[in-house]
Amino acid sequence: MTLAIFITLAVLSVITALLVVLSKNPVHSVLYLIVTFFIIAAQYIMLNAQFLAVVHLIVYAGAIMVLFLFVLMLLNLNEDTEPQKSSAWKISAAITSGMLFLTLIGALKGSTIALLGAPNPQVGLVRNLGAVLFKDFVVPFEIAGILFLAAMVGAVMVGKRDLAM
Amino acid sequence: MMYILLFDFAFILQKMGLIGVIFLITLTIAAYSTYGERKIAAFLQDRIGPDRAGPFGLLQPVADGVKMFMKEDFIPANANKGLFILAPGIFMFVACMTSAVIPWGTTLTLFGANIDLQVTDINIGILYIMGFVSLGVYGIMIGGWASNNKYSLYGAIRASSQMISYELAMGLSLIAIVMMTGTLSLRTMAEQQSGFQWNVLYQPLGFLIFFICALAECNRAPFDMAECETELIGGYHTEYGSMKLGFFLFAEYINMFVSCAVISTVFFGGYNFPGLDPSWLGGLMGPIVLFSKIFFFIFVFMWIRWTLPRFRYDQLMHLGWKGLIPLAIVNMLLTGAITLWLGK
Repeated sequence: MTLAIFITLAVLSVITALLVVLSKNPVHSVLYLIVTFFIIAAQYIMLNAQFLAVVHLIVYAGAIMVLFLFVLMLLNLNEDTEPQKSSAWKISAAITSGMLFLTLIGALKGSTIALLGAPNPQVGLVRNLGAVLFKDFVVPFEIAGILFLAAMVGAVMVGKRDLAM
Repeated sequence: MMYILLFDFAFILQKMGLIGVIFLITLTIAAYSTYGERKIAAFLQDRIGPDRAGPFGLLQPVADGVKMFMKEDFIPANANKGLFILAPGIFMFVACMTSAVIPWGTTLTLFGANIDLQVTDINIGILYIMGFVSLGVYGIMIGGWASNNKYSLYGAIRASSQMISYELAMGLSLIAIVMMTGTLSLRTMAEQQSGFQWNVLYQPLGFLIFFICALAECNRAPFDMAECETELIGGYHTEYGSMKLGFFLFAEYINMFVSCAVISTVFFGGYNFPGLDPSWLGGLMGPIVLFSKIFFFIFVFMWIRWTLPRFRYDQLMHLGWKGLIPLAIVNMLLTGAITLWLGK
């Protein structure tokens, strides 16, 4: 049963992720990406990581993708207004990414994925996650927080650069 | 094995029944909120309000619904058809999803079976609500964009930037509550407020911030920038007609109902009332108390709408970013300091 749900979700996530790349309309791409995030959140719930699932939705689907959609709607990109790339660009892009794909396959072909053993299935619950973050990993966590703050202040400074000085 | 299957079936049936009942109640309340709104507006403006359909105009929502269904289902020629149709559906879906984690009462004893009056008690209830609140912008944004009308797009962008801005202060005011109660589950929160230990007594500032943000999240006056008629015609639903428009309007009332339910549960004791045990009347007392609170808050929402004039857009943004967010952070710091000081 669990395996069946996992496989359904995995196939769906791959399909929607492909639709993100393949759809012509950028707004459709963003919407497919949101659906992909939902399916990934469902995978997190399958792993009993409810907190991660909901935070994933709040941050990605609820905040970041809204900003993406914002920008795309304001630009109003269409097939007619979008600059058409020449076929030389398309061919070179296909060759480059194809080579990267080959390299990745070559690098990963012989390797085996190390199983972590059976981790504690309760670790994704918010109480345990909080204890781990604020006891075992408190220093990296705080440093990440400072990094985010610096990035935020930096973004605000970049955003209002015409007012500075 | 068979036993487990049977048990699961009964469980699923029970939950399905509960979901169906909540859905029906939500729709009924949303429908009658339109009636209530017009009656309250009429009262505040010294008019009579709808009184033609049925006694006291009580059948007005039915008449409105029939009217909505009978209208021509029009799609503008240059609209993005798929998304234009999808948008009201998304808006409605998101509005209905939020009520899944609200505890309507303790347990209801019906035909000898105990039914938990909550669809699901996930231990991240508050985060679930915040998640669906943050998804609420999609219906508006997609609807406004797919209409291919500049007023709709303006309305959509205004509405979504307003919702993103007020979501932050809303989340920050909830953090103070979470710090105080030590739980993210709405069921535990409601249980902790038994009798008269309501969170609003400990978090009056948090409640005020949350309430203002709830008004803004529901796009209600004085924050109804999305459909500011004098500037934007109808905002994001300018191009919508018939039941698609009906869905947008209806979902707003559902949002209002759910916000009031969240306010009542998080700040006003949920199904608790001093002197009344929620398990009375076979468990029906809890829902009765909770719904009385919800109706009171719906009334307050309407009262505010017909009393205060609309904010200007820059005032709205100033209030959100320079007023409510710093205030919510101060509230959070104070709560943290006091919780630490009391050593709870």
